[in-house]
This record gives sequence, structure tokens and C-alpha cells, in this order.
Amino acid sequence: MSGSLWLNLVPAFVVGGLLCVCAQLLMDLTKPKFTPAHVLIVFASLGTVTGALGWYEPLVKFAGAGATVPLTGFGYVMGKGAVQGAESGILGVLAGGIEGAAIGITAAILFSFICAVSFKPKG
Amino acid sequence: MDKRVGKKTVVFQNPPEIIGGYNVVGPKEGKGPLNAHFDYVLPDTYYGKKTWEKAESAMIEMAMNEAVKKHKLAADDIDYVLAGDLLNQNTTSNYALRQIGRPFIGMFGACSTMALTAAVGAMLIDGGFAGKVLCATSSHHETAESQFRMPTEHGNQRPLTAQWTVTGAGCLVLGKGESGSGQGATIHITAATLGCAIDYGQTDANHMGASMAPAVADTLLGHFYDMGTGPESYDLIVSGDLGNLGLELLKELLDKSGFHTLDNIQDCGCLIYSADQDVHAGGSGCGCSAVVLSGYLLDRLRKKELRKILFVGSGSLHSKDSLLQGESMPGIGHGVVIEVMDH
Amino acid sequence: MSVLVKVTPQEYEEMNKKIQPKPKLIRNCAMAFVVGGGICLVAQILINVFLYLGIALKEAQILGTTSMIFLGSLLTGLGLYDSIVSLGGAGGILPVTGFANAMVSPAMDSKKDGYILGVGAKMFSVAGPVIICGTIVAFVMGLGCLIFR
Repeated sequence: MSGSLWLNLVPAFVVGGLLCVCAQLLMDLTKPKFTPAHVLIVFASLGTVTGALGWYEPLVKFAGAGATVPLTGFGYVMGKGAVQGAESGILGVLAGGIEGAAIGITAAILFSFICAVSFKPKG
Repeated sequence: MDKRVGKKTVVFQNPPEIIGGYNVVGPKEGKGPLNAHFDYVLPDTYYGKKTWEKAESAMIEMAMNEAVKKHKLAADDIDYVLAGDLLNQNTTSNYALRQIGRPFIGMFGACSTMALTAAVGAMLIDGGFAGKVLCATSSHHETAESQFRMPTEHGNQRPLTAQWTVTGAGCLVLGKGESGSGQGATIHITAATLGCAIDYGQTDANHMGASMAPAVADTLLGHFYDMGTGPESYDLIVSGDLGNLGLELLKELLDKSGFHTLDNIQDCGCLIYSADQDVHAGGSGCGCSAVVLSGYLLDRLRKKELRKILFVGSGSLHSKDSLLQGESMPGIGHGVVIEVMDH
Repeated sequence: MSVLVKVTPQEYEEMNKKIQPKPKLIRNCAMAFVVGGGICLVAQILINVFLYLGIALKEAQILGTTSMIFLGSLLTGLGLYDSIVSLGGAGGILPVTGFANAMVSPAMDSKKDGYILGVGAKMFSVAGPVIICGTIVAFVMGLGCLIFR
């Protein structure tokens, strides 16, 4: 068990790294029309669409954190949440997206607030 | 005698004297190659204040107060203060001027403000409306970042064309050119060419040199035609903050317009940092040309290494909102001729 | 337009293109791979630790992501994360640590404007578009699923 447990580090590193390379290429080759914000939007949308269609799931199984930590993973939980919610009707669709990402968003808000209270920007 | 020459140049009858200057810079600039020419280097970018905006205001206030003190003047000797900066509504200068208590003319020329205030200050003096004026301007890297770009701690990869806003404030004291002091040589503003807003359709806020270079070229060409001179008539032509890419563009623009520059053209944005300070295309911001002029250039004029320079401040007249609305960035260049006069 | 400068805006655009330094694509991509992959690697190690402690896979993954958000926030607070991004580019922006950085940095920057109209109003000024885009796309996908299933 413990041996196979650490084998998953390799796909996590490689897949996570490759996703970032795609983003870097998109950023460098479309400058200055495309800002990092645009790139993030593209990746979040891609993750949401593939997540909803169930195409992102295999990548998560294969690469673990390499698929969930990049922003596509954020889109994936939102897309997956909305589709799962669809089973219980329109209200489920409305709730599902944010529900999927709720933990991440709440954590980010909390930590942001704590950081704003406790640190001063250094520049 | 008419003081206007040609289309947009004025030649002063009694050239106002640059009595002196004072400058304050941030720690990064203090580590740069012009270190010896700065009057005061801040220990850190907050300068003991709660926010960077307050620090910038304190910086320009210090530059103005110390400039007055250094040349043994009192605040009451100053008839007008001409000042401006990069923040909304010229906040930095407005708040600094609360403490000065002299009539204040707020000016905005983006990064060209030093040249603009010097030109207008000289006009006020030669026109007989003032005896002594202060011309001051400042910029601060962190306040400019949050005003024009992203929050300061936000991670991004700066493009290679980007320039680094200088943290610094500079102040010049101008007076009537009545050199009865018999000090030998004095430094004077002998002519000024104010520029037009020139737009070549540039939209990349991370490549401001490109938006300013045509405006600087326009002002330089206007000056050459008005005065019947050329680049060879000056020991040094200094642009404000085009950075190394903008300077390259400027040389090519002048070349294609019939004026071949020699190696007597430089840029404050290239002078202020060394290559290993990781600023990419060079320095920018009002403070950039202000501290280079009030320090390095004045020092060289005093030593008579330079006798006649043409200083052209350059500014990019855009805001974050105008860019979001799809507007391009107009540039502007204001020029002053500064000469050493022997008595 | 200037009458004195004998260069048209079109010609100027050509001149400008010629002097633009090329981004160092290979170096940038290599750094993005190492930094981005490295961040995912750290996350996977954390997940493995959670798994080792007997936490179920789904919860372990969520905990891993949350821990990375915490790390990204902390490094931003300490003023270190912007250096990671200037080194790793997209490798620092794309992972969830970069998302945390995009929320923490405006929050910290606007503390001087007060907690309600500063921190509260501006926390999402950079990361907001991502959440809004994700929400809208997720809704459309969910709706499509509802209609076509």
C-alpha cells in the first residue's frame, strides 16, 4: 500500500506541470491582447465544460492533485456540481456550481481576510 | 521683442535661473548607478508612514522644504509652487501643499510633469509674474502599481517591455536670472517648447515607451525647426522616461524625419537603474526625470561637463479606465533648454 | 498624428514590432513546468499524508486543495508569492495557490481603505471574473443537462 501511495506523485507533477506550460504558452503567444486574467478565464471555462461532460474525471483519477490543483480543477468541481444538481431539477442546477466550489471559495475568503488583518503589503 | 519663436517655442528674454534642486528617492533607486547624485535615500518605501500614498506625499513635501532650506530661502520667498504627480486628482501634491502655505498651481503631465512645471515656472518668472517658483513632482512605485496596474502583492510576470516606476521626488527652485552674486557660472532655462498630445494608436500599458516616443520626436522636431538648430547644437539631449526600447524608437523616428542623432542622446529611464536591477525596459514615472534632472544633470551642468542640454520630459496620458474602454494612449513631450552661463 | 514626424502609425507599428524583445519561450515554459508541477507535487504529498492518516480519498483531495489555498495565502501575506510568479509565470498563476494570491493581494492592498469598503469591496477585484465565469458556465452546462437528459 505505502509503495503505491507514493507512485502517484509522478503523474501529479507531470500533469500539473503540463497544464501550466499550456497556460504559459497561451500567455506568451497572445501578449499583449491576452492578459493573465483572460488565460485564467479560459482554463476555468475549459475545466467547467469538461467537468460537466465527465471528461475531466479520468484525468483527476490519473493525476490526482495534478488535475485538481490547477484552475481547471476549480472549474471541474463547479461543472460537476451543476450537472449532479440537474438530477434534482432547476434548483439543483442553480445551487450545484457554487456548491461544488463552496469549500474552496470560503477558504479563500477566510484566509484573505485573515491575511488582510495580519499582514501589511511589502511591495 | 517677441518671446515666441516659430510655432511652439518660447525663448526667454531674461533666462530664469535654476537656483538649485533637491531630491529624495526610494531604496531601490539609491542602489542604482546615480546614487552619488541623490540628496536623500529613503530607508524603506513606507518612510514611517501608514500607507504608501502618505509616504509619497511626505516625500514631495520633504523635497520642497529641503530645496527651500538648502538655498537659504524662506517659504515666503516663493511666489508659486507648481507641482503634480501620477495619482488621481494629483492627491500627492495637494496634500503636501497643505503644509507649504504658498499659492499652488497643480499640473498634470503624467511623467513629463518635471519638464512641464519647469517650462511654465520659467514663463511665469520671465513674464514678470513671479520672482521665485518651486517646480516639484513625485512618483512612487507601489502607489503607481495599484493605481495603474494590479495590487502590489499580486503575482505576475512583467513583460520585457515594461518599465519600473521610480520611487522619488524632485524639486527645482527657479528665480530671476539676476546673478549679482558673482559666483562665476549659473544655470539657466533659456527656451522651452511645450508639446502636443500625439497618439500613434499604442494600447499596451506595459510598453509605454512606444506611446511616448512619437510625442517626444514631435517636440524635438518642432524645437529644431523653430530654433533653426539640430541635435548637434546640444551637448546632450535627454528624454524623460522612454526606457531603452522607447529611446531606440525615438532615434529611428528622428532619423526617418531627417535628423540624425549622434551619441549625445540619452534617457533618464535608462540612466537611473543598472542592468542587473531587473527593471526590464528602464525607469518611468514623474519622479524618474525629476530626480535625474535635479541630481545627476544639474551636477554635471555645475561641473560644466555639459554646457547646453535639451531636456524633454515624456508622459503617457492614459488611465486604467481609458484603456479598459478600448482607447489608445496619447503621449506628450515637453522640452526645456538648460544652459550654463558664465559671468 | 504628428505633421513633423515623417512616419505613419502603420510604419510605426512595424518599427515597434521589430524592437520588441521576444519572450524566452523555452525558458518560460520550463520554469512554468517545474514551478507548476512542483506546487501540484506538494499538494499530492499533502493528500497522501491525509490518505495515510485514514481520511477518505474525496475528503483528502478537498483538504489538500484547502491546504494549498492556505499556503498560497500565507506566502502572499509574507510577500513571497509575487517572486514565485515572476519566476514561474503561469506555473504560479494557474494552481489554486495563484487563485489565493489573486484574492489575498487586493484584500491586503485595500486594508488602508477600511474593512468594509476596502477589503470587503475589493477582495474579488482580481479573482471575481473566474468565479463569475465558472458559475455561469456551470449553470449553462447544468441547464443543458436538464434539458437534454
